[in-house]
Amino acid sequence: MNLQFIVDGLLMGGMIGLGAIGVTLTYSILRFANFAHGEFITWGTYATLAVSALIGWATGNHLGTLGPFSFGWPVLLAGVVAMLLTGLLALALDVVLFSRLRARSNAIIMVMASFGASMALRSLLEFIFTSEPKYFSREIQIAMPLGAGIRVTPDQLLMLAITAAFVVGIHIVMTRTTIGRSMRAVSENPQLARVAGVDVEAVIRATWLAGGALACAAGIMSGITVQVRPFMGFDLLLPLFAAAILGGIGSVPGAVIGGLVVGLSEAAAVPLVGGGFRAAVAFILLIAVLLVRPTGLFGVRE
Amino acid sequence: MSAAPLLEVADLVAGYEPGVPIVRGVSIHVNAGEIVVMLGPNGAGKSTLVKAVAGLVPKTSGIVRLGGGDITTLAAHKMVRGGLAFVPQTENVFTAMSVADNLALASAVLPRAERARGIEEMYTVFPDLAQQAGLLAGRLSGGQRQMLAIARALMVKPKLLALDEPSAGLSPRLVDLVFARLKGIRQTGVTILLVEQNARAALAIGDRAYVLADGRNRHEGPAAELWNDPAIAELYLGVGRAPEVAHP
Repeated sequence: MNLQFIVDGLLMGGMIGLGAIGVTLTYSILRFANFAHGEFITWGTYATLAVSALIGWATGNHLGTLGPFSFGWPVLLAGVVAMLLTGLLALALDVVLFSRLRARSNAIIMVMASFGASMALRSLLEFIFTSEPKYFSREIQIAMPLGAGIRVTPDQLLMLAITAAFVVGIHIVMTRTTIGRSMRAVSENPQLARVAGVDVEAVIRATWLAGGALACAAGIMSGITVQVRPFMGFDLLLPLFAAAILGGIGSVPGAVIGGLVVGLSEAAAVPLVGGGFRAAVAFILLIAVLLVRPTGLFGVRE
Repeated sequence: MSAAPLLEVADLVAGYEPGVPIVRGVSIHVNAGEIVVMLGPNGAGKSTLVKAVAGLVPKTSGIVRLGGGDITTLAAHKMVRGGLAFVPQTENVFTAMSVADNLALASAVLPRAERARGIEEMYTVFPDLAQQAGLLAGRLSGGQRQMLAIARALMVKPKLLALDEPSAGLSPRLVDLVFARLKGIRQTGVTILLVEQNARAALAIGDRAYVLADGRNRHEGPAAELWNDPAIAELYLGVGRAPEVAHP
C-alpha cells in the first residue's frame, strides 16, 4: 500500500483539527452546536484572498512568491489580518444574533439560528464573490519525494508546521494562562466561574474571537492546498463536528487528535476501500469510539 | 447597635423566575468578626438568600450593603473583588482542572505580583492541597474538595466568606474538621455567613443565628439561645428533619 495517504491524512486532519478547536470551544462554553462555524472557514478564506489582492495591488504586485512556496508575503500578511477579521465576524454574529437568544431561549433555538446564519452568510458570500472556485495560486508545485513512495509539496510541509505551531500555542494558552483557565472554568461550570471572579461575558467574547480566527486559519490551509469555493466550509462541518465529538467536547488536544483520526482514516479509506466510502469511514469510527467511550477520547464531563 | 454591620441585607426579595419569589423580604446583618448562621427547614430560602447576596440569583427588591457600599446590583464576578467570597454547596470546585489550576484561576483576581504568594499561602494553610497540587480536583475526597473550595474563596482575602452548607455530603468527622477550620479562619479576621442544615455543628461555632421559614425571618438570636430553645429546636433545627431534597 502506498503511504502517501499519511501525508494527505495529516494535512486534512490538521486542517479539520484547527477548525474543530473552534467548534469544541464554542460548543462547551456557549453550550450549543454552531452550524455557522463552517461559514467562518469560508469567509476567512475569501477575506484572505481579498486582503492579499489588496496588498498586491497596493504594492504593485512586485513581491513575488516566497522561496519554494506558491505564495508570498501578501498571503501570509493577509492571513493574519483575515484571522482577526473572521474573529470579529464571529463576535459580530454573537452581538446581533446569539447573545440576544442566549438569555431567553434554549439550545435548539440557538442551533436553528446558527443554521439560518450559515445560509445567510454563505448566500451573501456567493453574492459578493460568485460561486466560481478561486485559487490562491495556479502555479504547479513540484512535490518532493520523501521516500517510501511519499511525495510532499513545500506548501504542504509549511501547512503542517503552521498547524503544529497553532496547536502547541493554543494548548499553552489553555493550560498556562488566565484566559485559558477561565475558558475551561466557564466550560465546566459557568456559575462557579462567576463566583471565582471570571467575567463570563469576556470569556465568551474571547471564545468567538479565537474560534473565528482558527476557522480562518483552517480555511486558508484548505484554500492554498486545494481551492476556494463558497461551500468549502459547509462541506467541512460534519468532519469538524466528528473530530470535536471524537476528541471529547471541550478538549483542545481532543479536537486536534479527533481531526487527525478523521483525516487519516478518510485518507486511508481511499486506497483501502475506495474513494466512495471516504466520508463513511470517519463516521463509522466515530460511532465505534462513542459506543466504547461516550464522552469521546479526552472528554471528562459525564 | 454600635458600628455599622459588615453585611446588611434589608427587605430582600429574590427568586430564579420573575414573579416567583423564594426569598420574600428577608433582613439580616452580619457584624465584622462574627460567624452568623442561617438555619431553617428545606425550602425556607436560606440557600437562595445567600446566592442572591452573592449575585447569582436575581433580586427583585431590597438592598444589600457590604462595608457600607451598595452591592445590590453588582455582578457576581465583581463581588469577589468587592470583598465577598462565596462557596456554593455542591459543584464548588472545577473537577476537570487540577488543584493547582483551581487555585491559579482564583488567584487571577489578585494583582499579578501577588498571585504566586497567594497560592503559596493557601498551600501553607491547607498542606493536603499542596500534596495533591497536580491531581484533578474531581479526584479529591469530599473533605479535600471542600477545603479546596474554601481555599479558592479565601485566596481573594475576602472580608466576608459566605458558605452554603459546607457540611453537605461529609461524614460527621469531616464536618467537625471543616467547622474547626472555619473557626480558625474567623480568627484570621474573616467574617463568616454560614448557611446550614446541620444546626448542631453550625450553632456550636456560630455567634448568632437566624431561622428562616417560607422565605421570611422567623427567629433570631445568640447561637446558644436558639439551640437551647426546645420549640425552635423541634420546629426548625433538624430534630426529625425531613430527608435532604436537592435545591433548585
